Amino acid sequence: MKVKELLAAVIIVLFFLLCYFFSPKPVQFSPTVSVVVIILLSLAFVYVFIRTFQGKFIGRRTVFVFVGVSLLLPFFMQFSLPVLISPEVRSVYDALEELPPGSKVLASFDYDPASAPELQPMADAFMKYAFEHGLKVIIMGLWPQGPQQADQSVQAAFAENPGLRDSIKYGRDYVNLGFQAGNEFVILRMGESFKAMFPTDLYNTPYDSIPLLKNVSNFSNVDFGMNFSAGKPGTVEWVQIASDRYKLPMGAGNTAVQAPMAYPYMKKGESGRKQLIGLLGGMAGGAEFEKLTKKQAKATTYLLSQSFAHMVVIMFIIIGNVAFFREKKEKE
Amino acid sequence: MKRELPLTIAFIAGIAFIIAYFIPHPPFNRFENWFSDWFAIIAAFAIWLGALNLMKISFIKIIRKKSDWLHAILIIISFVIILFFGFYEGYRGLHADPPFSFRDPGTSFDWIYVNVYTPLSATMFALLAFFVASASYRAFRARNLEATLLLLAAFFVMLGRVPVGDIITGWLPMEYQMSQWASWIMNVLNTAGQRAIMIGIALGLVSTSLRIILGLERAYMGGD
Amino acid sequence: MEFWHVFGIWFAAALTIGIISFLYRDNVLYKICEAIFVGTSAGYWFIVFFWDNLYKKFYVQVSDPTNPERYVPWVGFVLGVLMLTRLFSKIGWMSRWPMAFIVGAVAGLYMMIYFVSNAMVQVSSTIMPVFIGSWSEIIANTTIAIGTFCGLVYFFFSKEHRGAFGGAARIGIWFLMITFGASFGYTVMSRMSLMIGRLDFLFGTWLGMIP
Repeated sequence: MKVKELLAAVIIVLFFLLCYFFSPKPVQFSPTVSVVVIILLSLAFVYVFIRTFQGKFIGRRTVFVFVGVSLLLPFFMQFSLPVLISPEVRSVYDALEELPPGSKVLASFDYDPASAPELQPMADAFMKYAFEHGLKVIIMGLWPQGPQQADQSVQAAFAENPGLRDSIKYGRDYVNLGFQAGNEFVILRMGESFKAMFPTDLYNTPYDSIPLLKNVSNFSNVDFGMNFSAGKPGTVEWVQIASDRYKLPMGAGNTAVQAPMAYPYMKKGESGRKQLIGLLGGMAGGAEFEKLTKKQAKATTYLLSQSFAHMVVIMFIIIGNVAFFREKKEKE
Repeated sequence: MKRELPLTIAFIAGIAFIIAYFIPHPPFNRFENWFSDWFAIIAAFAIWLGALNLMKISFIKIIRKKSDWLHAILIIISFVIILFFGFYEGYRGLHADPPFSFRDPGTSFDWIYVNVYTPLSATMFALLAFFVASASYRAFRARNLEATLLLLAAFFVMLGRVPVGDIITGWLPMEYQMSQWASWIMNVLNTAGQRAIMIGIALGLVSTSLRIILGLERAYMGGD
Repeated sequence: MEFWHVFGIWFAAALTIGIISFLYRDNVLYKICEAIFVGTSAGYWFIVFFWDNLYKKFYVQVSDPTNPERYVPWVGFVLGVLMLTRLFSKIGWMSRWPMAFIVGAVAGLYMMIYFVSNAMVQVSSTIMPVFIGSWSEIIANTTIAIGTFCGLVYFFFSKEHRGAFGGAARIGIWFLMITFGASFGYTVMSRMSLMIGRLDFLFGTWLGMIP
């Protein structure tokens, strides 16, 4: 390793140690400082534009610094952005609102920690809503990490509303069936019998011993299905089998990568039935759902960083294209 | 037997699910249930195969002192550590009163999941944020009409899905603001394109599935 | 316990910074973190599949004397063990049987569910009555119908894209490009969200700087 790089590594380590031990906690920019930061970022973009226009593309590491700074600094700003509710998110919320207390909701957590920044906020909001409105939640996962992510949502709901810790009882109000391998075959089997796929819950309690599952044998005994999905298996499989074959009303929360593929499922068919009632798409969908369920938390906080990041990518695309057109014109 | 039996197995498995779809009554649904249960068990062994293959490759690297053999040692050590704690906590949880899961908060397995697996997994994917910005700057060009349409759609969606879009177009009536445009693009234009792709894939999948079930497609068996 | 909690956060932060160091260039720290990730990931899946699948799905069922179908899972177990023969070149050919079962089962199931949900239902949702609902609904439904049809025309490569057919294919490409652009926009959103989560961990959970 070169001396310069070693020095840079030492400086970075020192920076983090200094931040840990000596920085104010938390760090909050005043509105003036926030505006100054935005102006400085804009000026930096002007510099990038001029250089690119002159044919000197900035290095990829400079682009990385821009992205990192634009993602990080908004955390310290005190702006809050208005969150407008999209029809897809509203549909999920309305469907949940229509469920009377005591209704059974099957919640499938089909994601891993890599997708948690997008899906965990909406899962937390959903769990808190379900507990506060008396919905009985049957948790399961088609991804191995799903049940653990679900448990984090349960703990988050209890942390946000400590009263729930006394009123909500495992086995009576919610149960975690755990994970089963088999992807869509798990859903298919559950169409006949939940017990066949999950003979015990996460804690090896026999299925028949769990009060919540007393009269639950398959999808026909469940009132609503909610799926938090980061890929395959996920929403598509749940729609194809649970919704289309077994007519379970389904709502979904997806990562933003997956969300565009779910839109065709939200159109009413000839029968007047939607394959998917609604969709919480990405972090923005999570923020909207948080607003509807009156839980202003992570996703809402992250929206400012998200907005900055989008602006940065758009600026880079515009700058690159302006340079491209100028070069094209010169060649002609 | 090396080729005929697998083809027969594939045929029986495939046909069972097709028939059970149309006749979901005994005995056809019973075959579907059995096959689904077997699939779940075989899936576990398939994952084990991958993990054990990784260990086999790592051991070979160490024994033959190939490049990166030190990293292979690290892979094996990490694997063994989590395996130990996974089996230990699982066994302990089974025999505890009340029983607990090996994944419960407070267990060593959960500690490794939260403090080792989660940050590594999450950060690996998070790096893509930087690469997507760099790639957009260097390669995303409106060379023709189609590329321009792609760009414009991306702009509208990126601005419309965050509140900044509505702040920029706040002076317009509500129904013409950026979020409404993004919503219309997603619900109408995107839906049309996605539908075409979905239908095309579904039709292709049907023909490929038929070829597999009828034994015309044998690539999954590998060579002799 | 408090020590392990704090140590865990520091260890996670070190691993996170190690992975992020790849942005500068491939280095020793990144390689170490990558190796730990690969080993831990393989072990995690191994353990989870053991306890959740093999123990719960297989052992619990076969050891239940009241279960009338307790011998059935043994077939899956035997097929699974045959899958492991792939590790040994001499007897690896036996892994074709469970592979054939998996491939056949998936082919059979996918053929039905994809055809119904992704083809039939989508076609029936596209062919909607034209003059129904408000003007915006009429325009939307008509646009979806035209876009879906033209997109499918584009994918039909057995006929040359000329004349009216070529025109429809061109319109189809436009719809597909808009679809890909929308997907790109959402992909950017997704990737940025992941990094936001990591930065929240580093500067919030670890350093405590984020309110």
